[in-house]
Amino acid sequence: MRQNLFDISLIWLLLVLIVMTLIPPLTNSITMREEFFLMMQYIALAASLNIILGYAGYVSFGHIVYYGIGGYVAFSLMYFYNIHLIPAMIAGGIVCAIIALLLGEAVLRLRGAYFAIATIGVNEAVKALVNNLEFLGGSAGLFFNFKIYQQYGGAGSAIWLAYYLMAILAMVVIVVNYLIKKSKFGLGLMSIREDEDAAIVLGIDTRKYKSLAYMLSAFFPGMVGAIFFFKNGNIEPVNAFHLLKSIEMIFMVVLGGFGTVTGPFLGSILYERIRGILLVNPLFKDLHMAVAGIILLFLILFMPAGIIGYLRDKFSVLRRYIE
Amino acid sequence: MTGVDIWIDSIISGLLLGLVYGLAAIGLNLIWGVMKVINLSHGAFIALGMITIWLLYTSFGVFPYAGILVVLLIGLILGIITYFSALHRVINAPELSTLLSTFSVSLIIIGFGTFIFKTNPKALDFSMGAIEIGSIVILGTKVATGVISILFTALLYVFLYKTRMGKAIRAVSMNRTAAELMGINSNITLALSFGIGISLAMVAGALIATIFPFTILSGGGYELKSFVICVLGGLGSPLGALVGGLTLGLIENIVTLQIPTSYVPVLEFALLVVILVLKPTGLLGGK
Repeated sequence: MRQNLFDISLIWLLLVLIVMTLIPPLTNSITMREEFFLMMQYIALAASLNIILGYAGYVSFGHIVYYGIGGYVAFSLMYFYNIHLIPAMIAGGIVCAIIALLLGEAVLRLRGAYFAIATIGVNEAVKALVNNLEFLGGSAGLFFNFKIYQQYGGAGSAIWLAYYLMAILAMVVIVVNYLIKKSKFGLGLMSIREDEDAAIVLGIDTRKYKSLAYMLSAFFPGMVGAIFFFKNGNIEPVNAFHLLKSIEMIFMVVLGGFGTVTGPFLGSILYERIRGILLVNPLFKDLHMAVAGIILLFLILFMPAGIIGYLRDKFSVLRRYIE
Repeated sequence: MTGVDIWIDSIISGLLLGLVYGLAAIGLNLIWGVMKVINLSHGAFIALGMITIWLLYTSFGVFPYAGILVVLLIGLILGIITYFSALHRVINAPELSTLLSTFSVSLIIIGFGTFIFKTNPKALDFSMGAIEIGSIVILGTKVATGVISILFTALLYVFLYKTRMGKAIRAVSMNRTAAELMGINSNITLALSFGIGISLAMVAGALIATIFPFTILSGGGYELKSFVICVLGGLGSPLGALVGGLTLGLIENIVTLQIPTSYVPVLEFALLVVILVLKPTGLLGGK
């Protein structure tokens, strides 16, 4: 199993991602960059969530809390101490992982819907708390001074840096997803998903496994938040801890197929496209939420394994190529 | 007002508000107890209840407290339709499916709702006078809301414990397979409980609309409150929801005398997580 890194299903995924990343700088198109930035962000978020939701089967409903915390940690480091984006971003990720470890000790003992509600509660509690913290700007949030972009060579290059970092992050998360799926750790997580009690009986240290999976799936969103709010130039609680964004993440994972590597990737790209079409189409513009709801409902009712899950199920030849 | 009066005033407002919070949460708790579904469309239906009572009042001139009966009926029908179209197929699937299917219902309702009614604030413009005891003034609408909430809770209690259908609902919530073996049609029972849950949510929405201004998006906040209430009172226990509602109403009105209002949500949601982790059966639940 050592030649796994050269597996065909991972190679084509990475190739697509690299080609995607290179299109905007080569065509020098700002619109393309913005669109691909959003796609990469979605891929990184959805694939991170996939680790705890897809593999371990724990529905982390308020997962956006880590995106917000990572964003706030990195933003304050850059804002107050003028630290460079890259160390600030890593710090954001590490803080999220530590919080996930501590919080996980408590909430990962809950199962099913109880866990889902607890994660919603965590997100809302953190949002309300940040709203009250004066040094973080309270509900108005923090705004970058334009000068902060000088050390990156101006706002223009700062945005390109954010773009490349996001693309790299998306690739790293996809690779991590793949490695987990092919490892003993991944098998352990999937056995937790199928039957946690049986997994315990078989000698899997479920507590350690769940904890590690939860930390990993919190680490990357923390960095995504850092990059996003750096590019955005301001951060406020409403944006950082928006429950709807959490549900977007879940939607992307389910659309593509949870517990697969290609699923969150495909789901994110499709979601970004669907969202784009719905928002510009004059007929659907005002109804985009309702249309998204109808699509989601049909997906859940008739294709619960997602697109990739459906394809793998119907065409077994494809299983070699899409993981 | 003297210090004591402020306390009494806060306690009375807290209790009256708590009753309607409790009513809102009972629907959520009933649905969870019977079918183990966290109904994420709960808030959307609360908002729909607000809009319905507002439409009845402004367009047809129906007196709000009479309109509540219409809201109840509409809620029952909508709930049963929702059950068969969105939940029936996935009722035995993992919780992710039911969470997402009920959430998609919420998206559809809020989506069409924003399209038709926009998001500007609305209010029911009518007065029920006020009751004055010394320097304490209690609005008539608040009293009426509290009384009607108690009435509906009592009716639900009688229904669940005294009628055949109610007993069937309780049987299904205890053990669906065994209930089916005893000849209970679980499809109808589940659909009916979902319908009742939704109609209670809509009635609670309608009652809240008589006190506070609202928009089509207001339901979300009350949905989150309902989660806190259900966890406080014990998930799945309809009467626990009433206790949880009263607790939350009191917390909101009394704690704000001591700490800034903006800290209340922090306290509420921290409480939610802590109780879930330490005592998932709720404050009143056994072991």
